[in-house]
Amino acid sequence: MTASGKAAAGTEAAALALHRFGFGPIGDQITAIAGDPRGAVLADLDRPGAGRLPVDLPSGAQAARAVFDFRAEKNAEQKLSQRALKEAEASGAAAMMDAGNAAPQAKPPNQPPPLPQQLVLNEAKARFDAAATANIGFVERLVWFWSNHFCISADKIPSMAGPYEREAIRPHVLGRFADLLLAVESHPGMLFYLDNVQSMGANSVAGINRDKGLNENLARETLELHTLGVRSGYSQADVTSFAKVLTGWSWINPEEPEHGGEFVFRKRLHQPGEQTVLGKRYPDTGVDQGRAVLADLARHPATAQHIAQKLAAHFVADEPPPTLVGKLAKTFKDSDGDLKAVAATLVGADEAWVPQRRKLKPPAEWIAAVIRLTGTQATLPIGRVMNAQAVLGEPLWRPPAPNGYPDSEAAWIDGVPRRVDIANEFAGRAANVDPLALLDSGLGPLASSDARTTIARAESRRQALALLVMTPEFLRR
Amino acid sequence: MGLHAPSRRNVLLASGTLFAWAHLPKLAHAEGRDPRFLAVILRGALDGLATVAPVGDPNWGALRGDNALTLDGKVPPLKLNDFFALNPAMPNLHRMFQSNEAIVVHACATPYRERSHFDGQDLLESGMPKPAPSDSGWLNRALSALAPGRSVAPKGGKVFAVGPVTPLVVRGPAPVLSWSPQRIMPAGDDTFGRLLDLYRHSDPKLANVLEDSSKLSAIEHSGDMAQKPGGAGPGQVRAYFAEAAGNAAKFLAQSDGPRVGALALDGWDTHVNEGIANGRLSQLLGALDDALAAVKTNMGAAWQDTVVALATEFGRTAHINGTDGTDHGTATVALLVGGALKGGRVIADWPGLKSADLYENRDLKPTTDLRAVLKGVLKDHLRADERALARTVFPGSADVKPMAGLVG
Repeated sequence: MTASGKAAAGTEAAALALHRFGFGPIGDQITAIAGDPRGAVLADLDRPGAGRLPVDLPSGAQAARAVFDFRAEKNAEQKLSQRALKEAEASGAAAMMDAGNAAPQAKPPNQPPPLPQQLVLNEAKARFDAAATANIGFVERLVWFWSNHFCISADKIPSMAGPYEREAIRPHVLGRFADLLLAVESHPGMLFYLDNVQSMGANSVAGINRDKGLNENLARETLELHTLGVRSGYSQADVTSFAKVLTGWSWINPEEPEHGGEFVFRKRLHQPGEQTVLGKRYPDTGVDQGRAVLADLARHPATAQHIAQKLAAHFVADEPPPTLVGKLAKTFKDSDGDLKAVAATLVGADEAWVPQRRKLKPPAEWIAAVIRLTGTQATLPIGRVMNAQAVLGEPLWRPPAPNGYPDSEAAWIDGVPRRVDIANEFAGRAANVDPLALLDSGLGPLASSDARTTIARAESRRQALALLVMTPEFLRR
Repeated sequence: MGLHAPSRRNVLLASGTLFAWAHLPKLAHAEGRDPRFLAVILRGALDGLATVAPVGDPNWGALRGDNALTLDGKVPPLKLNDFFALNPAMPNLHRMFQSNEAIVVHACATPYRERSHFDGQDLLESGMPKPAPSDSGWLNRALSALAPGRSVAPKGGKVFAVGPVTPLVVRGPAPVLSWSPQRIMPAGDDTFGRLLDLYRHSDPKLANVLEDSSKLSAIEHSGDMAQKPGGAGPGQVRAYFAEAAGNAAKFLAQSDGPRVGALALDGWDTHVNEGIANGRLSQLLGALDDALAAVKTNMGAAWQDTVVALATEFGRTAHINGTDGTDHGTATVALLVGGALKGGRVIADWPGLKSADLYENRDLKPTTDLRAVLKGVLKDHLRADERALARTVFPGSADVKPMAGLVG
């Protein structure tokens, strides 16, 4: 790592650091870390428990079982009421028919949401609280980055979205990429999302018996999105072979009361025999065959380049300086994918401290920054936060495709006008704050004189606050 | 500057949250009355001269030129008396005035003499004589000073949900219930205009996006306008004002409901293209007028026991500025409506509009202290104690006597 360059000191660098590497300032953080902004960001990596959530939430498997039981009970209830209705019709009881035809009764107020939604709300709240209260939030930003890189969708598997992030992503964001990759590709959430739970080798016992075969989805996305990157030299034959390798990586059906929802390797589904992936032969060692391929993918130079490019593009610029990408890729390779070392290289690189703010904060990150600045975290229901994310096109854990949400200005800038409404709503929830003082604590020397004038002239504190979080300097980092 | 885009869409910002006190005012109750009081804070500085025009002042026409509401103008205002006329966007208020259910207090101001919205609003809501940090508002302290009667709780005690943020005017020791409208108001044209100005100076890309969205939105909203040929105002802000104020009235009207409430309506900071007779201010006043009508309707029989006080942090410049708007000023109007009033009057110690008559040669000069008006209502309507009004409700206001004869 280079010594602190001239770019990385003082309140300007501090403000830059808090927005670029974290979720934006809380309180007087800009002045608090002005002595050594780079050191403050790096210190976030050394925090005990960094990346973990201090919460006791059900595991993915427990949640999957609970949701299965909930739905089964609801189905049974519906069946019973249908049965009752039919019996009433048969006996010609007009009164009962009327009751059955009546408009559904209004839901009583203050009823807790159904279990599946409640599980998601609890997970979302834990995640969002971590971002809203983090000291700097660099590690949380890394969690969000990796969670999006290895995304699954709650639309397909609602019970697993939150647990997946806690179980597969968080423990490894400062660990080895190989461990992260294995945790992700073997998590039931991912295996279900990318259709691997039913994939079977044509020559496997199950494949022969059922006359079914491969699903290439997980293998393809692992190569294209998770590791090497698109057009990095792998072929369709590699995808097919890798898919065969991964056959048998599955889960226990959530209806099973003991271990439902957990990972299982089903030998009956596994394609027997040696496979060749990227020119290397992998003998059939069962589940270890897939682990061996993943381990090699993790240390492939194309993976290093792909990850370095994405990280630099996320934190610094849509088109990041090649020298920065080079530094990150080199650390990735030299350290055998030590993600903490890669993160430290990013913070240590002078290219990451350029004063030009080239990134438009994606919606959820901007929302977190707004809430940190306005101090509304404690009073804002998580449902409002999730709604805001959805309104702005980035609903939590529901990306439209396995490549996750986009990370470029072009994707988000058209949604900026909609942010004004969200800014207005959240500003209306902020306590009696001094907007000019918040301008100082939120942006410090980054605030332009135009922004200051605009905020000073606002017609109310609420409007001032809405304008503040909509200034270019607060939207960009 | 001055490149506001008021046509972005037909919405304006409002923050309406009802905060209500859960006790009956005991003394008034003992007299056999059941008074209701609603305070409406108009944030942004309402142009009093555009709301109630001094059409009888010989200097009026010259002062505002084409922007002056005059009886022989294209859109004539509604006559209140020989000297004052009401903005034509407010026919409901005019009817109330004619039925002796409304009082206009003109050339009225809080003790604040600077021109910062934030400090001005703080002073208006805190009731303090000078700008200083305060954690309570005059209405809350007035409630504390009233002899509290039995507690009231609307149906099951659970009708009120906790709203987002309590405005300063009702913050303080007395417990308040709160309710927020279901409707979430989108940010207003004014906010978009200010952002567009800022973006044009600092971030052309963002400016382009904001401008494009306003064009799309204009198309999207053109249908609404066509459907309501008679509707002179932006539908959303009208609906929002009416929902906020109308629901406040519904709560206050209930026999077992709260008796005292407050809400805030934003959007009155009209620096550019004010639209006094046919434009932004006209639409806002129209929305406010609908809201007042909704209050009257929803109060039902309780309207006879009702006073609604509408106040803003300060007025606007007497002259029109270079962008067909007005800048921050001093004196303005305070409005009282309700069946409990001795209404049909404009109360004004008129300072005149000659240059020498203006405050600092630019603003309508304050001749009536808003605190006198509010103290008069609190004393005679709710039976608040006069010593408490001078000491704790509006501290340091012993010299400002409660205005007598407003109700009854």
